[in-house]
Amino acid sequence: MSLAISSLAISADRLATAGSANALELRGVSRLFGALAAMSDITLSVKPGERRGVLGSNGAGKTTLFNCITGDFPPSSGIIRFFGEDVTDFPPHERIRRGLRRTYQISSLFAGLSVLDNVYLACRGVSRNRFSLVRPRRSDALMASAESLVEAVHLSDVKDKLVGELAYGQQRQLEIALALSGAPRFILFDEPAAGLSPTERRDLVTILTSLPSHIGFIIIEHDMDVALRVVESVTMMHNGRIFKEGSPAEIESDPEVQELYLGGAQHHG
Amino acid sequence: MAVTDMNRMADQTNSTDPKANNGMFGPMHPAQWAIILLLLFMPAIASNFFLIQIFAYAFILGMISLSLMFLAGYGGIVSLVQMTVAGFAAYLVAILGDSAIQQISLHWPWWAAVPIAILVATLFGTVSGALSVRTEGIYTIMITLAIASAFFYFTLQNYTIFNGFSGFNGVKAPVFLGIDWRSNTPFYYLVVVLAVLAYAAVVYVSRAPFGLSLQGTRDNARRMAALGFNVTAHRVAAYTFASFIAAVAGVLLVWYQAQISPGTAGVGPVIDILIIAVVGGINRPIGPFIGALVYVLLRTFSLDFLEALGLDGKRFQLLIGLVFLVIVLFSPDGLVGIYEKLKARYQRNRDMQTRGFRSGEGA
Repeated sequence: MSLAISSLAISADRLATAGSANALELRGVSRLFGALAAMSDITLSVKPGERRGVLGSNGAGKTTLFNCITGDFPPSSGIIRFFGEDVTDFPPHERIRRGLRRTYQISSLFAGLSVLDNVYLACRGVSRNRFSLVRPRRSDALMASAESLVEAVHLSDVKDKLVGELAYGQQRQLEIALALSGAPRFILFDEPAAGLSPTERRDLVTILTSLPSHIGFIIIEHDMDVALRVVESVTMMHNGRIFKEGSPAEIESDPEVQELYLGGAQHHG
Repeated sequence: MAVTDMNRMADQTNSTDPKANNGMFGPMHPAQWAIILLLLFMPAIASNFFLIQIFAYAFILGMISLSLMFLAGYGGIVSLVQMTVAGFAAYLVAILGDSAIQQISLHWPWWAAVPIAILVATLFGTVSGALSVRTEGIYTIMITLAIASAFFYFTLQNYTIFNGFSGFNGVKAPVFLGIDWRSNTPFYYLVVVLAVLAYAAVVYVSRAPFGLSLQGTRDNARRMAALGFNVTAHRVAAYTFASFIAAVAGVLLVWYQAQISPGTAGVGPVIDILIIAVVGGINRPIGPFIGALVYVLLRTFSLDFLEALGLDGKRFQLLIGLVFLVIVLFSPDGLVGIYEKLKARYQRNRDMQTRGFRSGEGA
């Protein structure tokens, strides 16, 4: 009873704020690990439907940024708003239920369950009856949406296989399917192309560019071919701070960025 | 041709989900029919001693162990509090209902005492769960062991409610529907029906959203939170479900023993429940029942066996310990695991034979 009322209140809240607010807004967000500032004073806003790339060398604080946004680690200070709602103190599952999704840099799946069960759980997690003791039928609406998500990431052939038995590239695809479940409003992709073959990368770009336009995302990606093809704006991080923001073209041609990141990468290459 | 078709079918059911045991709801294997028939006609075959002391007792211990299996196998939660939940339910039946300790027992009718005993014991299990679910692995074991020990010493030292060391005797199953449930055959059927129901419930729920997501929290709790699940609430609910089964078994236990005292839920029996689950196989619902049967048989007959070897008959724990050691060394999945390894090997051999047969046919 009280659950139904609170979810009504939430949707009313959403309607009131969704029109004007940014999809994501961070103000002065910092995260300390002991004395080490993994991320300091990040202020960032992303409009609904915007696709943003986050670049930066290892240790720049990109994944910490994601962990703070999803609540995996709460920020040490600062405010995080999701579609206008202050979610700073929310546990992760409450943020996810409001339409936030993420993928993990290292695949984070349920190895002992089948592919379809993995996606079904993802669909179930953002719907009602999470505690249901009644088995889903074949005609179950959530099961149907799980099946279609499995198909969207080209895993229909292996849907009954245990996830532990999948090839690496397939696990990465499943990782993305989990983030697309339910009705996402904003997705955080943490290096989705890492370790993929060139063909799989092309498939990934297709999936990302064909997402409905109201779904915005932030993508952390080292592969410029992937990153700059799917984003409209770029945030450059360095040593836990925002270093530059701009369009992909501006960032690519910025001499400081080239020196720091692109140039550095070329030296290594 | 028919043989290869059947093989292919067996392969398919294996590959879809090796962990799920759908026998209860899918098409039944002949062996499952045989077991059900055997259980049904047991009173006609077995002596009263076997019926009650071996089978009924094994099914009761199996149910308590099943509640641990549900938490450990599906949730990755090793709880040592399940025997205590059963013991608490047993005490409540004696305290609220009838026993030989007239000055404490409240003489409620069984239809009031039993449901309230189950409810309160389930609540106790849930609260124990709420205290321990934020911890992992060894810390969960330590906290639940602490609760179990605290309960043991409390019942030992409290005389106003729990009647201290001697506990309660003269606790009897009721007469209901004109049937005396304390007599052997009705009690056997009561235990078997409840045990089969508990087993079926666990098998069924393991594939329902609640059970599936519990397995998700076992594999990857952080990701479950990132999918919108409240992992803590899920684990506490798992304790509630498991504790309900343990509480029902506790009621059967006090009727079986006709008495309850602190030793029933002492540290030894608490660990025995874990041993039963591990020996049988802690990842399948059938494991605890197999483990319980082995445990009860060993416990009952090791005396004769050890004395035949010229050893002290009281050392049955030694025998159980050795069996435990051997099984855990050879199969982390317990006896069920050994059976499945043998079956897989047998099937491989048969596949190779049929393949050879078919190629011969082609030539």
